[in-house]
Amino acid sequence: MALSSGSSGPQSVEARPSAWGGLGEILDTPTKRRIAIVVILAVMIVAPIAFGPYATVILTNALLYAILALGLNIVVGYAGLLDLGYAAFFAVGAYSVGILTTTFGWTFWEAITVAVIAAIVAGVVIGGPTLRLRSDYLAIVTLGFGEIVRIAARNLQITGGASGIIGIQQPWLFGWHIATPTDFYYVFLALAIIGILVSVRLANSRLGRAWLYVRHDEDAAEAMGIDRVRVKLAAYIIGAIYGAIGGAFFAVNFTAISPQSFSFQQSTLFLMAVVLGGMGKIPGVILGAFIVVLGPELLRDLGSFRYLVFAVGLLLIMLYRPSGIWPMGSRR
Amino acid sequence: MTALLDISGLSLSFAGNSVLQGVEFAIERGAIVSLIGPNGAGKTSLFNCITGFYKPQRGRIGFDGAEMLRLKPWQVTQAGIARTFQNVRLFRQMSVLENVMSGQHCRTSAGAIGAILRLPAQRREEERIRDCAGRCLRFVGISSDEWDRDATTLAYGHQRRVEIARALATEPRLLLLDEPAAGLTKGEKTELVELIRRIRDERGVSVLLIEHDTSLVMSISERVSVLDHGVMIAQGSPRQIQADPRVIEAYLGSEDAEAVLAL
Amino acid sequence: MTLTTLIAQQLVNGLVLGSFYALVALGYTMVFGVVKLLNFAHGDLYMTGAFAGFGAFSLLAGGVGAGWLGVAVSVVAAMIAVGILGVIIERIAYAPMLKAPRLSILITALAVSLVLQNSALTLTSGQFIPFSPRLGFAGINLGPIFINFKQIALAAAAAALMVGLELFVSRTQYGRAMRAVSVDKDMSELMGIDVNRIIAVTFFLGSALAGAAGTMAGAYYGSINYFMGFLIGLKAFTAAVIGGIGSIPGAMLGGLVLGLLESFGTTIPGVGSEWKDVFSFSVLILVLVFKPTGLLGKSEQERM
Repeated sequence: MALSSGSSGPQSVEARPSAWGGLGEILDTPTKRRIAIVVILAVMIVAPIAFGPYATVILTNALLYAILALGLNIVVGYAGLLDLGYAAFFAVGAYSVGILTTTFGWTFWEAITVAVIAAIVAGVVIGGPTLRLRSDYLAIVTLGFGEIVRIAARNLQITGGASGIIGIQQPWLFGWHIATPTDFYYVFLALAIIGILVSVRLANSRLGRAWLYVRHDEDAAEAMGIDRVRVKLAAYIIGAIYGAIGGAFFAVNFTAISPQSFSFQQSTLFLMAVVLGGMGKIPGVILGAFIVVLGPELLRDLGSFRYLVFAVGLLLIMLYRPSGIWPMGSRR
Repeated sequence: MTALLDISGLSLSFAGNSVLQGVEFAIERGAIVSLIGPNGAGKTSLFNCITGFYKPQRGRIGFDGAEMLRLKPWQVTQAGIARTFQNVRLFRQMSVLENVMSGQHCRTSAGAIGAILRLPAQRREEERIRDCAGRCLRFVGISSDEWDRDATTLAYGHQRRVEIARALATEPRLLLLDEPAAGLTKGEKTELVELIRRIRDERGVSVLLIEHDTSLVMSISERVSVLDHGVMIAQGSPRQIQADPRVIEAYLGSEDAEAVLAL
Repeated sequence: MTLTTLIAQQLVNGLVLGSFYALVALGYTMVFGVVKLLNFAHGDLYMTGAFAGFGAFSLLAGGVGAGWLGVAVSVVAAMIAVGILGVIIERIAYAPMLKAPRLSILITALAVSLVLQNSALTLTSGQFIPFSPRLGFAGINLGPIFINFKQIALAAAAAALMVGLELFVSRTQYGRAMRAVSVDKDMSELMGIDVNRIIAVTFFLGSALAGAAGTMAGAYYGSINYFMGFLIGLKAFTAAVIGGIGSIPGAMLGGLVLGLLESFGTTIPGVGSEWKDVFSFSVLILVLVFKPTGLLGKSEQERM
């Protein structure tokens, strides 16, 4: 996100290319960008009618991944913390809603509130002692936590064990029963838009800058008075909240959840979404989410081979284009 | 009146190697003090102890009466001690202005909620951060048409000044400069001397610098402390230090010797 | 079962399990020592070793028989194959990334791991492949407990490999160079050590050990699958951390300690085999939070 502070004419060397990247050169005025956003929004709004029910389901899934990728982007892309167990927060959200609505008869909105609180608590409990570790260790520790959550979900009575939870009630909102795929499509679209706005505002704030300072040079950031553990924890917790909200709506969308959805594979898919499109940049992250969801659809015929394609893709991106697929724009 | 910075009995060792031994050192309010010594004497290590990056095994570090020894680096900065680095460590891929704005982090408090909701208090704070950073940049002489540039694309001399501006943005009472003149041209060094004086005169900030350029040290310092092999061997006015036989002996054989002896 | 019998049996189980962990942990720790990177794909090299060993075994069983000799030859073949693979991975994926930000190289390692895993997944369609050499069920009786020959062979082979490695590191020039590089890479380069060559040798040895462990595990447990590297990678990392990352004796010690902890851990009521992994991960987290330098590592401040 380019920080505007006055002049930024053609001669100046911009510190960071705008979030639009290469696309930003075609859409070089604020008006053009606003038009682009309106067009994209318009397409997304008419999509269910224009593209049919099957596409709607796929797009809903893509939007879910976009929300989760935005959350993980704050952890990995902004704060630079390699979290390999992000599915754990996704699980916390889904199971909170699943358990509270089916076993205890709570409403969805009460359950999701608890889900968010649970995610914050989980973030503090996991992040508190571990965020001060060096990045290699942190990656493996978060992986370990992801596994602990999955194994717990698989073996506890209250989470339904290996078969999970079924028959989750779908929510009511002011008289509107959110039940059809189209209903959920619009809910996820709204969540994605909120998720984007929150990310943008965070990126351009004191906290957002602190993440960058800590990410680029931890020691220099500390020398400037920034408590790096606290800053990292903030990112981790915010990421957890995104994950839990995504998980909560995921649970009521499918009305059934099982531990398979919260495996390490899932965590790597979220990470791939963040990295493939362009880590740290919102359009890139959303593009990555769409690639991760639509890709397997398009490569459907390849069977399990498609995951190998993704893995190779990730490796090639890291080696040859670590900034992601989204066009970077001209070099400074 | 108690000294601003008061260090006593400071000892630091790494894996059995002694780096600092029983260092006694004090800085008065409003003073400009230089720390010199042959290479490897432990000067930067002393800086790192003061700023909380190294934890000495023994000793006391008092800052305006408060005990600094157990504090983390960010707490030290918040308490009022700021620093620059030997090799300029500006934040890459961030603008000059953003670099300096980092200094204001510890003086402000807006969090995630304020940012997401764009509360009025948060927006006012952002203005203040920007203003303060701008003033610090103007103070060190970086013009506004450079503020949006990637900080690492600036000329070396300008980068050094930006680093000083960044440290000043933390509103310190004591500024630690680690070899601020390294790599500067003669003209830039003269400007640096001016800048350090202004930092003390106009902003009331005490300055401690590590420096190898002896003429610069002699021209700006009110007091000079000499560190050799982790031991403080002499402290006094520049004139006194020049004449001190222990100092001359410590430098004998090193490239700085001629410079010290010649003055 | 009396208490002593139980303890003795778990002791044996723990040592056997620990030998696996130690072999894999050694590779982790050696690589970390020279390039300061946790090779996330290391566990998958173990898995590749199992597949390579199985492949070799299938090819050679006609010639050398499907018994002990067959397994031994397969282990050696796997060691060579995986060792070479390790060097290739280092050259292609890690060497170009050493100057990149930390996050990038970690994700690259993850990508390598995923490529290996998914290759095996594609090859096997996710199925478990049986790997059953004819090793028999004979063993010896040590008091009330029964130790079968497979367990003895495994422990002996692991011990032999570890002794071999220790001799290599302490007696040969390569070994000395490896230690120098892990203490100070830049200084070693200035002293004329071909750092790239040493890194390659380290990767070869570490990967070969993992490959050996993989083949032996496959033969011992009777099956191989694409996912077997995942868990062992985490366990080996735990073992390396317990012993002190970067320390070779530490990895050996850590492996044995973890093996014993797991064996005895499963006897605690309530901790069945499902929770065994949670138990191990909890140990990992506790160690990292409270004593990150492990048992044999040094508590040291990092110089800035």
